[in-house]
Amino acid sequence: MKVEQGIIERAEGSARMLLGKTEVMVGTKIEIGEPFPDTPNEGVLTVNAELVPLASPIFEPGPPDENAIELARIVDRGIRESKAIDVEKLCIDPGKKVCVVFVDVYVLNHDGNLIDASALAALAALLNTKMSNYEIEEGKVTIKQGYTPLPIKRHPITVTFAKINGKLVVDPWLEEEQVMDARLTMAIDDDDNICAIQKGGSGYFAPEQVLEAAKIAKEKTEEIRKKLDW
Amino acid sequence: MSQKTEKLIDKKGLRLDGRKLNELRPIKIEVGALSNADGSAYIEQGKNKILAAVYGPKEVHPKHLALQDRMVLRCRYHMAPFSVQERKSPAPSRREVELSKVIRESLEPSIFLEYYPRTVVDIFVEVLQADGGTRCASITAASVALADAGIPMRDLVVACAAGKVDETIALDLMDTEDKIGKADVPVAFMPNLNAITLLQMDGILTTEEFENAVNLALEGCKKIYLMQKEALKTKYVNVKEAEE
Repeated sequence: MKVEQGIIERAEGSARMLLGKTEVMVGTKIEIGEPFPDTPNEGVLTVNAELVPLASPIFEPGPPDENAIELARIVDRGIRESKAIDVEKLCIDPGKKVCVVFVDVYVLNHDGNLIDASALAALAALLNTKMSNYEIEEGKVTIKQGYTPLPIKRHPITVTFAKINGKLVVDPWLEEEQVMDARLTMAIDDDDNICAIQKGGSGYFAPEQVLEAAKIAKEKTEEIRKKLDW
Repeated sequence: MSQKTEKLIDKKGLRLDGRKLNELRPIKIEVGALSNADGSAYIEQGKNKILAAVYGPKEVHPKHLALQDRMVLRCRYHMAPFSVQERKSPAPSRREVELSKVIRESLEPSIFLEYYPRTVVDIFVEVLQADGGTRCASITAASVALADAGIPMRDLVVACAAGKVDETIALDLMDTEDKIGKADVPVAFMPNLNAITLLQMDGILTTEEFENAVNLALEGCKKIYLMQKEALKTKYVNVKEAEE
């Protein structure tokens, strides 16, 4: 795997992730918006994924289909549930103005395991994100000089398994995905806790297999952390 | 909304609605609630009220979606605008699109899809009132509706969630526990085949807590499984008696 950061100058943060031949680009943008009424002191995270038609003959143009939506929601869940972003630091004026972080996942070449590639690219882009210094002056938001890095406190890493012939295969590529019975993704945080899970595909897992996957996921995330130095 | 300091479990180990940690909410399953559908079921689980209907096997439209070697299963999970505190727009949200997909994938392994090639079976789930754990209750009801429609199945699929409330693992979280609790693990299960067909999680759990949560959810599943079978028997034993 290979990751490059800061490749799109217009974006607040960006990264390109290569996982085998799979290639995913993520750009982040920050806008000022309103907080949700039940979390007036917290910034907002929005994740979207586009399976761009140039990435694979099986992707069609049009609004995100269920696969794109599921992909975005798995990436979102890992970042959100692990509390990767310190959202309270994104508050400008409590209850009125907060920073909204848009994470746009752009799949450029589909060769399998889009989930792990996208989640890693998203984290890489967030770590690369700089935001303007906002302040409130007489009820109006003003932009001060300089930039601060987006406050990232946790680093969730996902590990995806394919079940093929009853066995768990980690980091499946396209041909493995095409024959797999089912898929299982686990996101692990910096303290080896599980912070998100998603099963996919029309097969099943034995309960013991799920617990085995949790143990393997821990080992694999350690490997990835060492490799990427997160 | 409630404060963060509020305890969800009291000193006696009872929850806000008086349940024990490993206790399910009251569940009522009714088979054949809708006369137009080929199969249907209505479920109440706590304050959840959910209808599931099955149409098919029938011809696929548009035709190019048909598969030559098996049936196509489609699923739509939808929440009524009045089902939650703040009105929900009736347009399908991203959450509903995802849930439609995972519910379909949780039911697919139970069906002999190859028995009806070139056909489609539609599953429609309408959440009339939501109180946490709607995806699980939807799966439980949809599987009963599939059985009611006479679709050949390997087993019923039953679903139940467990999660972390305050500092302990509890079964079948209701809305408040889900929202301020620490984690939620919905599980769908085919008891006779020992197969997990849906597994999701949000929140933070250690591996040990996760293991406990899955095991507790599976225990809950096994209890609801008996209720599913009982509900099906109630309808069909009555029909048989009426015929005689």
